[in-house]
Amino acid sequence: MENKILPLSSIRSGSEVTLVSVGGGRGIRLKLVGMGLGVGMKIRVLNTGGSGPCVIVTGNRRLALGRGMAKKILVREETDS
Amino acid sequence: MKKRITVALAGNPNSGKTTLFNRLTGMRQHVGNYPGVTVEKKEGSVTFKGYDIQVIDLPGTYSLTAYSLDELVTRNFLIEEKPDVVVSVIDASNLERSLYLTTQLMELTGHVIIALNMADTAAELGFHIDQALLSKLFGVPIISTVATKNKGTENLLEVTVSLFEGKNRLENAIVRYGDEIEQELDALQTLLSQNSFTEGEYPLRWLAVKLLEDDKELTAKVEKSLHGEGIIRQAQKSRLHLQTIFGDTPDVLIAEKRYGFISGACSEAAKRSYEVRHTMSDKIDSILLSGALGVPIFLVVMWALFRFTFTLSEPIVNWLETGQGYLAELTGRVLPQVYGLRSFVIEGVVGGVGSVLVFIPVVSLLFLALAFLEDSGYMARGAFIMDRFMHTMGLHGRSFVPMILGFGCNVPAIMSARTVDSARDRLTTILVIPFMSCAARLPVYGLFIGAFFPERIAGNVLFSLYLLGIVVAVASSRIFSKYLFPGEGLPFVMELPPYRLPTGKGLLIHTWGRVVLYIKKAGTVILAGTLVVWFLSNFPWNVQYSMDYNALINEAPDNKEMVSQLQLRMKSEKIEKSYAGKIGKAIAPALEPLGFDDWRVAVGLTGGIVAKEIIVGILGTLYKTGVKDENSLTLRDALRRQVRADGSKIYYPLVAYSLMIFVLLYTPCLATIAVIKKETGSWRWPILSVAYTTALAWVSAFVVFQGGSLLGLGA
Repeated sequence: MENKILPLSSIRSGSEVTLVSVGGGRGIRLKLVGMGLGVGMKIRVLNTGGSGPCVIVTGNRRLALGRGMAKKILVREETDS
Repeated sequence: MKKRITVALAGNPNSGKTTLFNRLTGMRQHVGNYPGVTVEKKEGSVTFKGYDIQVIDLPGTYSLTAYSLDELVTRNFLIEEKPDVVVSVIDASNLERSLYLTTQLMELTGHVIIALNMADTAAELGFHIDQALLSKLFGVPIISTVATKNKGTENLLEVTVSLFEGKNRLENAIVRYGDEIEQELDALQTLLSQNSFTEGEYPLRWLAVKLLEDDKELTAKVEKSLHGEGIIRQAQKSRLHLQTIFGDTPDVLIAEKRYGFISGACSEAAKRSYEVRHTMSDKIDSILLSGALGVPIFLVVMWALFRFTFTLSEPIVNWLETGQGYLAELTGRVLPQVYGLRSFVIEGVVGGVGSVLVFIPVVSLLFLALAFLEDSGYMARGAFIMDRFMHTMGLHGRSFVPMILGFGCNVPAIMSARTVDSARDRLTTILVIPFMSCAARLPVYGLFIGAFFPERIAGNVLFSLYLLGIVVAVASSRIFSKYLFPGEGLPFVMELPPYRLPTGKGLLIHTWGRVVLYIKKAGTVILAGTLVVWFLSNFPWNVQYSMDYNALINEAPDNKEMVSQLQLRMKSEKIEKSYAGKIGKAIAPALEPLGFDDWRVAVGLTGGIVAKEIIVGILGTLYKTGVKDENSLTLRDALRRQVRADGSKIYYPLVAYSLMIFVLLYTPCLATIAVIKKETGSWRWPILSVAYTTALAWVSAFVVFQGGSLLGLGA
């Protein structure tokens, strides 16, 4: 098991990751928690979107995150090997 | 008298809350505003078991923080209005995330019912929810509903009534936040209970939690109360204490505990037999959101939207125009010619308002198409696809939806800019929305395109105007965000709802509401505007003519051609000498470099400040009176026939295009100006908007007309 902590923006499509931390102000952090993006939650990256926003799945909810935001969210990728 | 129950529907956006609301209340709806703010308040009513049940559809929110206006409105409504029952609408296929709001509602009020909506979708996705167990764990009655198929609504009303009557009342579960936090909450609650300010108004535990979360609004409220400072000091101490123990702010800790409670309950009461990793929506998205096809498909959709609106409405508009002509003729025969009454009814009422009303098909079809995009879920994809593009404007994809709504009407568009979280992005969005060509400007384009451009390029000319509006919006937005509001914007986050086939009823309710709003506007503001214009163009009633027309007419009673010529000249002279003519003539020279130094158009443009729809109405009034035969010639023909003193035509395609550009860009209408003032809370922004747009309109039309003339595109 190898645990790498990376910004969400550099995760490839299809990966499952665990949310480690959310940067930014209190307002945006609470907003994200409300939408289902809290620390420790599992999320799936659907579409990293090139240089545009990316799409993730949390629960059964699809969220679009802007590039700038995705860079501030740190996640842990769980890869076997 | 029937007993009344008030029921508030609360839930996340896309939880099917509005569909449920529509199912419960049908067409008995009323849209208003929450006091003091411009958040839309939707109310409806239903009679059930002898009760008059008032249903309020609260704004869709994820939480109850003080960071967004919608969330503030929601919680203040619950605190101040104290509805008898709060229905927490849950997307059953997204149970855990949706219940987050429910836990907060439960802290705020004791009368919660969970409506487990979209139960069918959840079952398809492999979820099995033990409702009885979940109900026990939350201490809240749970009803499963499928709002789209009208299942469970009866049952929901049943439980609402029995909860109101005090039967089957359950003890709401309390989310425990762990010993350390609970200790601080206890300390705060003890202090709060001694404070008279909070008595009866706020649930103490909820208030204590909010103070620990460092909620701006409530902290300020408590601070102002008697002994409030002591409470705030305690809250600060508690927060600091918790932060040193846990290394994180209490608001984050509290959120985690709420999710902990929910996932504990869900792991017992909800199972998933299989996982659908790629839903139908994902498959569609893999095409519609792909890097290669996303933008082209989006542009095609936008193009189709306008084609649909214009092509389909064309024949209906033609029928209505014919009908209007008949009506004018008919009233002309029936009404006596006293004190300008006939002129008032035919020119003012039938001509003015009629010219507006015949465009209702266009507006309805545009609203219908927008409602379809919204209800199907594609509108959110539009925001996603446009996010990168919006970055070039210094904005986020989020601003895209308000801007696209601007194509319908700028007023609701500016109001919907409330969904843009940062104040800076919101102001920029509000200031550029007037460049999105609203449906009210469409009649003007319809008139001039129809008159001066062949049918095969009509659609393209129209599209180019909309495109120009967008280009100007982009450029302006860049200027605003760079010079007016320097700095970083808030990050972009939004939900992509699953694709759904919109229901006919849903589309009907959405479209109907907006069309009614448009008709009301046409009926009141525009009627008033048209009447003012009629007055200005008919008074002073007795004009000092340059020659004695009546005498000349009496001299040659047999020469019919001569008589009608004279009558026509008399009429034009009357309007020219009227107040409107004077205003128009004063403005017209400023329009000369733009090609349309026609005082009638100048009057129309002035009236257009009241509402853009009026422009066509005014031209209808002014031109019909100045043309030989009132009924057989349409306004289009009248425009084509206008000549200057030297015999050259005033209007030809280049002038028409220059004029349309001016109408596209110049000052927003009164309603828009008013709503900008309301939304920004200061006169500074509406004034800036009026000055900026009008200056830009003049310059743009100048460049197009002078440039076009140099290229030999003149008459």
